[in-house]
Formats: sequence, structure tokens, C-alpha cells
Amino acid sequence: MLTFRGGVHPRGYKEYTKDRPIREVKPGKILVFPLRQHIGKEAIPIVSVGDEVLVGQVIAKADGDISSNIISSVSGTVSAIEKRKNIFGEEVNSIVIENDTKDTTIPDMKKERDYKKLDADEIIEIVKEAGIVGLGGANFPTHVKLNPKNRREIEYVLINAAECEPYLTSDYRLLLEFPDRILKGIEIMLRVFPKAKGIICIEDNKKDVYDLMQKKLYGNLSVSACLLKTKYPQGGERQLIYAVTKRKISSKKLPAEVGVIVDNVATVVAIADAVIDRIPLFSKIVTVTGDGFNDTGNLKVRLGMSYQELIEEVGGVKEANKKIVIGGPMMGTSVAEIEGAITKGSSAVISFIKDPIEKNKETNCINCGRCIKVCPINLVPTLLYKKSERMDAVGFEKLYGMECIECGCCSYICPARKPLTQYFKIMKTEVRKNQINKETKK
Amino acid sequence: MDNLLNVSSSPHIKTDANTRSIMIDVIISLIPCICFGVYVFGQKALLIIIVSTIAAVLSEFLFDLITRRKNSIFDFSAIVTGILLGLNMPVSVDLFIPILGSIFAIIVAKMLFGGLGQNFMNPALCGRAFLAMSFASYMNNFTYDGITAATPLNTLRQGINIDLIDTCIGFIPGTIGEVSTIAILIGFIYLLIKRIIDYRIPFFSLITFIIFILLFSGNASNINYVVGQVISGGLLFGIVFMATDYVTSPVTNFGKVLYGVFLGVMFGIFRLYGKSTEGVTYSILIGNLLVPFIEKITINRPFGRESA
Repeated sequence: MLTFRGGVHPRGYKEYTKDRPIREVKPGKILVFPLRQHIGKEAIPIVSVGDEVLVGQVIAKADGDISSNIISSVSGTVSAIEKRKNIFGEEVNSIVIENDTKDTTIPDMKKERDYKKLDADEIIEIVKEAGIVGLGGANFPTHVKLNPKNRREIEYVLINAAECEPYLTSDYRLLLEFPDRILKGIEIMLRVFPKAKGIICIEDNKKDVYDLMQKKLYGNLSVSACLLKTKYPQGGERQLIYAVTKRKISSKKLPAEVGVIVDNVATVVAIADAVIDRIPLFSKIVTVTGDGFNDTGNLKVRLGMSYQELIEEVGGVKEANKKIVIGGPMMGTSVAEIEGAITKGSSAVISFIKDPIEKNKETNCINCGRCIKVCPINLVPTLLYKKSERMDAVGFEKLYGMECIECGCCSYICPARKPLTQYFKIMKTEVRKNQINKETKK
Repeated sequence: MDNLLNVSSSPHIKTDANTRSIMIDVIISLIPCICFGVYVFGQKALLIIIVSTIAAVLSEFLFDLITRRKNSIFDFSAIVTGILLGLNMPVSVDLFIPILGSIFAIIVAKMLFGGLGQNFMNPALCGRAFLAMSFASYMNNFTYDGITAATPLNTLRQGINIDLIDTCIGFIPGTIGEVSTIAILIGFIYLLIKRIIDYRIPFFSLITFIIFILLFSGNASNINYVVGQVISGGLLFGIVFMATDYVTSPVTNFGKVLYGVFLGVMFGIFRLYGKSTEGVTYSILIGNLLVPFIEKITINRPFGRESA
């Protein structure tokens, strides 16, 4: 079975939501759209307070190339353009829209378009207009990814459906419920990359959807499905590329440089929606799960809705709930309060009645070497940790610390309960700060 | 502010294994050796192990207390050190010997350097080396059935064949833990299955040692001699339970190979050219000193940058 070196096997916890069909959630009265929901520059608002907006209307334009449009998910009135708290507690520039609950859409929406008549540049333009970014977590603007210098030489388009983080099931539900949509999306992508083959990459804990896809792909020469070993971080971009193509890239290289493009299944569906049905990116499937909520589910939510509404949709938080994590348990961020809006990057909300690391007692490192065994990048976390303790940025860099992908495997496995990943995040920031300082001195 | 949720850096989940569970696994792996030692040498053997263990734990506890460090005995590493030291005693010793050894091992070799994880030499072996130098007559008095007898290793040195089956099962004079090859192997397999230790250090040190013996002993054609060299003395006990000590062995995979090869050569030199019975002890202690250097030269190249 295809896989990579290293990694860990945390318990899946997917049973909470695996069998819960995707269901749509009605948006509330007030929606908040942060201007930056992607990697790159903040988008520039093109509406002003008091303007009427429609579902699917661009309300903020991408600023330059590495940026993305922001789309209104409801019809209503712009009530404010101001700083609002996001879920991580940061004050960010946002557009606030008051929902008129009429759901009036932009004129052309849902009018089917024949994608077979579109050429690559037109497809890329549509994707850009629709505000699509990578929905697997990185939120890199998809129109940029679809347009590398060597577009015509790309050999593989990998559709990332590994979903290796525990708890998450939104990609699984997409595969199960919308396999044809995904195939359409891949077909569109392959129009952009004429030489490429599409491969849908699925972990073997989702064998049922792999079989389903195999059936659908019978006779299809340009797209195939492959089964990956269930192991975290199998869905990491570089790990996935290696597992499927055996090509290795360092942190300094882009997948396109080895002829590979990786996109998450949710992104592929967004592309299909935008290109075929003229539906831009204004909704997202979010897994709401964990033992701290009264119910769980895979919810299709409009961007801009508050997390609070989403949680109320599953019956609210239990009294005993201790912790809430936005994203997967391995790389997600825990939040002190539930405040802020759902953005393009939201993938899951997980609740914990028992905080698994609350009573964490750190002990001395015993040099057991488990962190080395599990590091997918083949680093030596135990030595990096010793450098980090002393804030030795030079030593940290020398031991290739900057290659760390912050996947969390070392922290997960450490018997001394060291928060290794946390140390490395701090050190990476430190090294970058030093680099900037050096450059400004020059 | 009471209703704020818990906040921590990712990841938010962890494995169950911790330092203590690892130590417990090591203790379990030593049970066959303990049982067999007690079976062959009698209750006195058990008494020695218990005394050395209690002395080790108590030393650590008192050191923590006096120096106002956080109590560290519940990571169970002192128990492991105590048992290992006890297993390294001949059954004929007076009880003050294991007590002294444990105190030395815990206080001097471990706690003074900062406790578990900070010691650069294996505490139990340090304790044994200390005793071997200071109380040589006690430590070299090997008995079997209550009678002082030549160890198989001495017999081999004199060019006489030994009974391989007895040596393998452990009906021979020697220290409490080292006599039974079978008991050691059971412990070894347990450690491998539980993935507590890596095969590299035992494997490469053993292979290197065998090659060394074949090349330089002049007895390569005598199978009894070669096998005897491997299964007698503290060699197997040393490479399974001592050389694989996490703290004092390299963490990198290739480092483990180098370390194993180095130990194999050292074992060979001590066995063939040394007069001391402590060859394995000293080899591993010398190897311990090289660990930082071995780690430094064997740092892994990161993924995707192997050739650059």
C-alpha cells in the first residue's frame, strides 16, 4: 500500500459523524466576511455601507495575484465595514452584511455552462472570480495553483481525499454523496493540465468510497483512484506526493516543479460548482463533532455565519465541555471563546469534555528516539528541542529545523510529554525574525 | 473569565505511552532474568535484587528531597537501574555491596548530572564499574550451587570446551541476570515486540563481535568456542539491556549502527586481549562517551533534501 516514512496512528474518532449526511444550515441575521480568508494580500472591499448585495456577489476584490475574491453568501444590506474579532480572537477587517433572508441570487447563478467549450485561461479566470482557495487547510488561492509556469508539463493532478486528521469526515461525505461532481471537477482541472492524469487519493479507512470511485471510474483512462495507508499526515502535500509518485520535494520547492498539482476534494467540488453552475465559493462543509456537543454532523454552512450559530445547530455545547478546537486535532487551533465567523479555511469544530492534554506532566527527555521515528520530514526533533530550549536559532536552523511542517507527530508520540511542535513553531518564527533583521540591516 | 475554554498549542491529542509505561515494559522484560536467577541461585538472589532496587529508589527520593527537586521516583527509572544493578551482582556478595552500588549509580552517575535523561553514562553500569574497581574480590567471586567455580568464559580462555546447552539455559556460575541466554532472549523479544528498543544496536554489536572473534581469536574453526563466547559472560545481557539504554545510546538510526559496530569491536578487544571480567561494562561505558559525537555526525538529512 502507498505511504510515506514516519507518521503516527492516532485513533480516528470518525464514527461520530461518518454516517451523518451533509445537511444545509440556514444562515442567520448577521454575516461577517473577513477580508483575508486566504494566503496573500487582503481583498479590497468594492461595496460600501448601505449597499444592497446578492447571493454570490463579489463584495471584495483580490488585491494583486496572490489574493482572493470574497463573495457574499446571502442577499441583504452591507451594514458595516470594520474590524471584527475572528474565531482566533484577532481583530480583522471585515464586511458585515445584514441578511434579508430572501436569498436573491446574482442573475446567472445555476445557469448551466458547457465547460467543454472553455479553454484553460477561461477556466482559471472563472476560478479566480469565484474566490476559490485550497479548502484542505492552507487556503492558497487556487487560480494561482492552476497556473504554474509549466502548466503544459504537469503529469499528475492529485485529488487529496486522504483526510488523515482524526474526527474529520467532510471529505468522506463529499466522496460518498457527490462522486459525480468530483469527477466533473477533475475533468475541468484536466482541461487546464492537458498532459496530466488525475488520481483520487483515499486512505484505506475509507475503503467503501474507494470502491465506489473505482466503480465510477471504470473505463476512465485519464482518472484513477488509489488507496493509501491510513496514517497521519498522509494528506500532507509532500507526503501525499511522495506516497503516490515517489517524488520528493523539500520545503523550498513547489509541487509543480516535479510535475504535480495537489488539490483537496472540496476544492475540486468548488471548481465544478463555479465552472458548471456559476456558483462561486460562498459555502463550505464543516464537520461539527466531539463529545462536548449535544449532537454532531457534517454541515453545509454559508461563509460568514458565526461559529455560535453552527454550534447551536447541533444542539449547543454541553455544560461539561472543556475545549474547542477549530480544525483537526493534530494541527487545529484551540480557542478560548466561540466568537467570530466561518471562513473559507474552516473545516471542523471539535469539542472535548476531557481535554486530552490538560493534565500533561512534562518529564525529562529520555532520548528514546520516537520523535525521530515518526517525523515525516526525517528531522531529529529531540536535538531540535534541545536547541529550542536555549533559543539557539542558529543551531536550530543548522539541524534543518526550518523544514518542520508542524504536523504534530513528535508531540503526539513523546513519552516525556514535551510540547515539541509548539517549541518548533516558536523557533521558526524566531529564525524568520532574525532573517528579516539581517536583511534590513543590509 | 471562568467560562473560558482550555487553550493549548496543537496537537490536541496524545498517545497513552509515557516515560513510566516504557519503564514498566523494561521491568517486565527483566522478569524472565529475575525468575531464572532466583531459580538457579536461590532466595539470596531475590534479596540482592530487592535490596539494590530499594536502595536505588531511596537514593533518588532522598536526593530529590535534599536538593528540593521535584520528586522523580514515579517515573520508575530508578527501579530499572536498581534491578539492572542487582542482576549484575554475583550471588555471593554481601548486601552492603548492592546498596553501595545503587547509591553510586543513582547519586553520582545520574542525579548529579541532572537526573533521568541528563546522565551521559548508564547508571547501572557505572555502579557496577565502581564496585568492580573498589570491591573486586566480592564482584569476581562467582559461585554455582554455593561453590566457587570457574565461569564458562574462564573455561573457554583455558582452551577447554564448555557445555553449550547448560550455558544456554543458564546452569552456570555468573552474575544473577546474565547466566540464562534463553531468559535474556525472552526479554529481548518482548522489548522488540513492544517496540521499546530498536534491533540495530544489539544486532550490529553482536555481528561485529562474532566477526571479530572469527578473525582474531585463532579459534574460528571451533564452533563450541565461538558460540560459547557469544552466550557466556555478560555479553548478551549487556547488549540487550544496557547498550540499548535510550539515554546513553545514539538516537539516529545510522548512529545506532555505528555505535553497535563500535561496541562489537570493543567487546572483542576486551574478550581476546583483556584480563578483566568487566569487558562488556567498560566497552559500553566507553561507547556512552562517544554518543554525542556519533549523533553529531549522523544527523538525518531531511525529506526532499537528501542529495543537496
